[in-house]
Amino acid sequence: MKGSKTRALIPLGIFLALAALLFYGLQLDPRKVPSPLIGKPVPAFELTSLKDPQQRLDRELLLGEVSLVNVWASWCPSCRQEHGELLRIAREHDVRVIGFNWKDERASALLMLRQYGDPYTVSLYDPDNKAGIDWGVYGAPETFVVDPEGIIRHKQIGPITPEVWEEEIRPIVEQYRARNS
Amino acid sequence: MNRRHHRPWLAGVALAGALIAGAAQGYTLEEFTFEDPAQFEDFRDLISELRCLVCQNESLAGSQAGVAQDLREEVYTMMREGQSREEVVDFLVARYGDFVLYDPPIKPSTYVLWFGPFVLIGGAGLLLWRAIRRKKAEPEQDLSPDERARLQQLIASRDTQRD
Repeated sequence: MKGSKTRALIPLGIFLALAALLFYGLQLDPRKVPSPLIGKPVPAFELTSLKDPQQRLDRELLLGEVSLVNVWASWCPSCRQEHGELLRIAREHDVRVIGFNWKDERASALLMLRQYGDPYTVSLYDPDNKAGIDWGVYGAPETFVVDPEGIIRHKQIGPITPEVWEEEIRPIVEQYRARNS
Repeated sequence: MNRRHHRPWLAGVALAGALIAGAAQGYTLEEFTFEDPAQFEDFRDLISELRCLVCQNESLAGSQAGVAQDLREEVYTMMREGQSREEVVDFLVARYGDFVLYDPPIKPSTYVLWFGPFVLIGGAGLLLWRAIRRKKAEPEQDLSPDERARLQQLIASRDTQRD
């Protein structure tokens, strides 16, 4: 008799497991496509600096300390939304923020930095998505955490909010900074 | 009163409209020219099988997004350079992940996706078969000899009481 009672609970168990799985699925954002580049060295690139067209920049730039590489554009409203947070992170935390100006025009990009402030140590300028494709960029803003050896450790898709910084990015930044020192 | 039942054909018209709209893709690929028309066909087939990451329900062939245009140009350049379909697909997967493919590849992390449904159907079939077989083997719960004796006794006692 006891056996059949347990058996009757099996469908309930299956239902609960399925409900939990589907509920978990609801929390996922299909727009956030995981990057295959996590754990791999940053792709080789050769771009100029946004502020100085004569200055050539390549992946050497990203070696030596932890960097946030922030893909942004002046036409992107979410970039403006996260701009204040980037300024705060660059000011308050010991982390280098490198800009990756993407599919933008130099003049309007520079104007945005003048108007809203410039959190970037330097900004790469990629107007026609040459390096962007190699980095797997498909929208702005996106932010890569690059460790001192030039390995991509994390990719944030969408704006960095204070919560995203505290919960997702900061722990990774501190982990690799600690390893370096 | 019965207005709801007046125009059953409307549903048919709406359905046909939806299907036709789905078939018409509002994008021209005229700017991409190949000497060989067959190569253009290959190009069009390939970009139709790749997903645009910005507007995820569109293929690379049908999307108006800026990134989709960049990737069309990239695929175009690679194909004109004579790179094979596999090379183009590998190039994109290395950068954007399996997500660019409408058909996910068969590998350990997608086994559940590919084989899960068959496992479920197989499991359900097995349970059904076992249930049917059990029903056949023991059609009715027969009474044990003890129960039978008791039944006879009850019937007999009732009969005597009535008399």
